[in-house]
Amino acid sequence: MSDVGAAIGISLALATVRKAVPLVFASTGGFFSERSGIINIGLEGMMLFGAFSGAIIAYFSHNAWLGVLGAAFVGGLIGCLHAFATIQLKANQIISGVAINMLGAGTTVFLSQVFIHGERSFSLAPQDRLPALGPFLPLTYIAFGLAIGATVFSYYTVGGLRLRAVGEHPRAADTQGVRVNRIRFLGVVTSGVCAGLGGAYLPFFSGSFAKNMTAGQGFIALAALIFGKWNPMGALAASLLFGFADALQETLQGRAHLPAQALQMVPYVVTMIALAGVIGRSIPPASIGKPYEREVTEAST
Amino acid sequence: MVLENIGQRQQHSDGRSVAIRMEGITKRFGSLVANHDIDLSVYQGEVHALVGENGAGKTTLMNILYGMVRPDSGHIFVGTTELPVHRGFLGPDYGIGMIHQHFMLVRPFSVLENIILGTEPRRGIFLDLVSARRKVVDLMGRYGIEIDLDRRVEDLSVGEEQRVEILKVLYRNARIIIMDEPTAVLTPQEIDRLFETVRMLVAAGHTLIFITHKLEEVMEIADRVTVLRQGRVVGTRSIQEVDPEELAIMMVGRKIEATRPVRRTRSATSLFRLENICLRTPRNLDALSSISLDVRQGEILGICGVEGNGQDELFEVAIGIRKPSSGKIFFQDEEITGLSAARRLRLGIGHIPPDRIRMGIVPGMTVKENIILGRHVEPELAGSFFLKDRAIRNLAVKLLHDYGIVPPAPEADITTFSGGNQQKIVVARELSRKARLLIASQPTRGLDIMATKLIHDSLLEHAENGGGVLLISADLAEIMDLSDRIAVMYRGRILRVLEREHASEEQLGLLMAGVAG
Repeated sequence: MSDVGAAIGISLALATVRKAVPLVFASTGGFFSERSGIINIGLEGMMLFGAFSGAIIAYFSHNAWLGVLGAAFVGGLIGCLHAFATIQLKANQIISGVAINMLGAGTTVFLSQVFIHGERSFSLAPQDRLPALGPFLPLTYIAFGLAIGATVFSYYTVGGLRLRAVGEHPRAADTQGVRVNRIRFLGVVTSGVCAGLGGAYLPFFSGSFAKNMTAGQGFIALAALIFGKWNPMGALAASLLFGFADALQETLQGRAHLPAQALQMVPYVVTMIALAGVIGRSIPPASIGKPYEREVTEAST
Repeated sequence: MVLENIGQRQQHSDGRSVAIRMEGITKRFGSLVANHDIDLSVYQGEVHALVGENGAGKTTLMNILYGMVRPDSGHIFVGTTELPVHRGFLGPDYGIGMIHQHFMLVRPFSVLENIILGTEPRRGIFLDLVSARRKVVDLMGRYGIEIDLDRRVEDLSVGEEQRVEILKVLYRNARIIIMDEPTAVLTPQEIDRLFETVRMLVAAGHTLIFITHKLEEVMEIADRVTVLRQGRVVGTRSIQEVDPEELAIMMVGRKIEATRPVRRTRSATSLFRLENICLRTPRNLDALSSISLDVRQGEILGICGVEGNGQDELFEVAIGIRKPSSGKIFFQDEEITGLSAARRLRLGIGHIPPDRIRMGIVPGMTVKENIILGRHVEPELAGSFFLKDRAIRNLAVKLLHDYGIVPPAPEADITTFSGGNQQKIVVARELSRKARLLIASQPTRGLDIMATKLIHDSLLEHAENGGGVLLISADLAEIMDLSDRIAVMYRGRILRVLEREHASEEQLGLLMAGVAG
């Protein structure tokens, strides 16, 4: 292979990892929520909140790490909102998620205009951005560590066993003294924290916050979770695949004689093909989407 | 502190100590009074049967004892300790375990994970599966229960799942064990095995509360029995002073006449025939394999088997909502393999589906509308565009009356009726369409004595009038009572077809378990 080919290959590999980072964060987040039985279609909105709060805090405080922490915190808050709506109020989980996405799209633009003199996007000065650690931003290592940690947690710890149990058969867990709704609440909040971190990666990576900059990555992360059969390592692999598709289209831009818009479709087309069931059936947690109530009248059985 | 108190048993008048005392328990769900001022005492070390019709309040009462349902009023004592009923509690904290009718098992989890869930031995935040396994293996040895701890629950048979439930209860050191209709889904051999376990538990000092509506089981396993009817206690009897007839009267509130009517004459003419039916599904390549069956005029052909051995697939192929992968179906010697379900209905094939909520009725529609489902195109009931409301109403009123369904309200939403009455409405609809053949799957599942009897009588009458019935049921007693011939289904195959006179319960039980060919 020519040197040019090798160089393209290496840059493609690096770009794949970089593009995968927000997906790894968000799909791991989705894992915590969905395994506990709560659908989280609001990952997109949670990421957007994370992206904005990370960027705006770094912009004003000149401290990138404070921005990262802030993004995690705001993501967690939005997670609380989703948890409150779906667990306490037993709202429809899809609708609550859609509401969060709309809230994210509207609120971040509005606040950006408030804080940055009517601008819907703003750039971060180099000193306000995260320093690279080797070839990647530090968040990259955190993302991969998080996915590994989630795997260890879910299969080797007491909390993980209970998390999976309440998503499969909450009543069985309840009869053994497991607090179903508490675990679900924690799952959804954790989900928000992860998605917030995934969102924060975006402005630090690109150097600026832009209106609606997540561009569907929350949904792609959800697809990665499903494609990865609802476990963190599977979701990680799927995130890398989607990251590769994105990196590929960027590499091909200007090289291949195809319209830019057609190439930009690639990650989304890959997502659709994956979801259409290339890799067998992905079985969701049995009780996903169903609010849990302890007392049901016998008339309904 | 709580468990220490249980040692100081309260003495009962006849000298036996009381393990559980429930006083004045009342529980309402909306306007329904599930439990009305119930008193129940269970002696230490006895098997106490709790019997009653569906909706009598047995399960609610036990859910209250286990802490899953909070009563509106009443007190519960374990020994001399009063449970914090109104604050909320959970049975295992007071030595009470419950084996629910619908097993509380997480299907993708291993047996071991299911047993320890909620009471996991831990090292820091990590599961300590080694010591968990040691403890469970020890329990299995002590109680003679065998099961592979590493298998996933979704791969287990129903009998094995029940053993997991028993181990769960023992793992938590429950002294009082509630079993909610534990025999409903078992083969006769599995029932024998369960009863052995029950005797062993009692010998080891446990107290058992055994919910059932099968009276022969009460006579075999119980020391005392309490009968509930419509949320109230009818009475408690020692097993020596009671017989099944008296219990049945206590349960139903009046005498039930014998079910078995006169024998009918069968013709040799085939009414409905399956030839080498095979069905391959993505999940199961042998969902049905070479099934050949023949229902004759005036005959009830019973198909027995443990649920999940292809009965639902057979039903769906027979009524036409699923196409077989190969094989042929004949009705009155005409091939109908390619006909849709609607065409088959019109030819005279009625059906009672196994899951009435999913397939038998449309919840949210009125009784009247449910009664004409599939009949809405008959000229007596519908014109070319509009339904004939008066005729439909008259039909509904007549059927409600004939089947004794209360309240006789054709305009009421069908979900306001009890399960038994909903099923009667399905049966009434199917029989009133003058079908020649009736395909009935689990027609009395979950129904009480009176509703069951009415449906059995209807099926028998249908056969006496020259019609045919293909009866699919997991209830062996029902199959034995009604069938002229009995086919045993196991893993998608018909293992054997026996004349009723030559079939014994033991033999059928072995076949159902796939033992003996």
